[in-house]
Amino acid sequence: MIPIDYYLWLSAALFTIGVFGVLFRRNAIIIFMCIELMLNAVNLIMVAFSNYLNDAAGQVFVFFIMAVAAAEVAVGLAILIVMYRNTQTTDINVLNRLKW
Amino acid sequence: MTLNLFYFLSFVAIFSALLVVFSKSPVYSVLYLIITFFSIAGHYVILNAQFLAIVHIIVYAGAIMVLFLYVIMLLNLNKESEPHKSNLIKFAAAICSGLLMIVLVGSLKGTEMLVQQAPSDIGLVKNLGKVLFTDFLLPFEIASILLLAAMVGAVMLGKSEKSGDNKINVKQ
Repeated sequence: MIPIDYYLWLSAALFTIGVFGVLFRRNAIIIFMCIELMLNAVNLIMVAFSNYLNDAAGQVFVFFIMAVAAAEVAVGLAILIVMYRNTQTTDINVLNRLKW
Repeated sequence: MTLNLFYFLSFVAIFSALLVVFSKSPVYSVLYLIITFFSIAGHYVILNAQFLAIVHIIVYAGAIMVLFLYVIMLLNLNKESEPHKSNLIKFAAAICSGLLMIVLVGSLKGTEMLVQQAPSDIGLVKNLGKVLFTDFLLPFEIASILLLAAMVGAVMLGKSEKSGDNKINVKQ
């Protein structure tokens, strides 16, 4: 039987890789993918605790996270297409009008 | 046996997650992200969440990743179009995420004491459906409203600005 802390380390590593990708890359599509990676790290930890504590509520929460992630990706990619239509790029350094 | 499978799936997940960040072309990033999602689905199977594993594959690898590939194809991004990044930003990103990793490891230590309950079949669709339609009925209905709002918003954003003409309106 696998100890729960192994899943904690795995989820921490995946979440950190997601944060690193958000900070590291300039392409908005890659940043979206890294956000998906972070959501999946949280999902994994929730399923692990749901299994270890024998409680189905954690798995139901994962369903809701999946629904929110699907909605977020649909709206976010639509925003990305509008942004590409206006600026011909997906580089987030171009979108700095709200910065100062 | 299960532990070896865990190590293998974890290695695949972390390695392909790193390749998502470091690969040049967005198309390769999407493909590596699909590999990561499949290995996470394998973790769900190990954790006795069979129905969730299937839903994960259908929703993520089937719907979200197809959406990503479709947008990349639509925007014609398969060439390397990323400008040069300054080394300072790369260094700062590495430092920040390393510090976050240290914080997470430090805060998650001490959970080794948790003993596992007797395994049961809560991951099957019968038990999950029972919980979903009794205890979580209101959030379930609100999630449907959320999906409807997201669909309407995506269609409103995605259509061209002048609804009369068929050409895509490109502002310079």
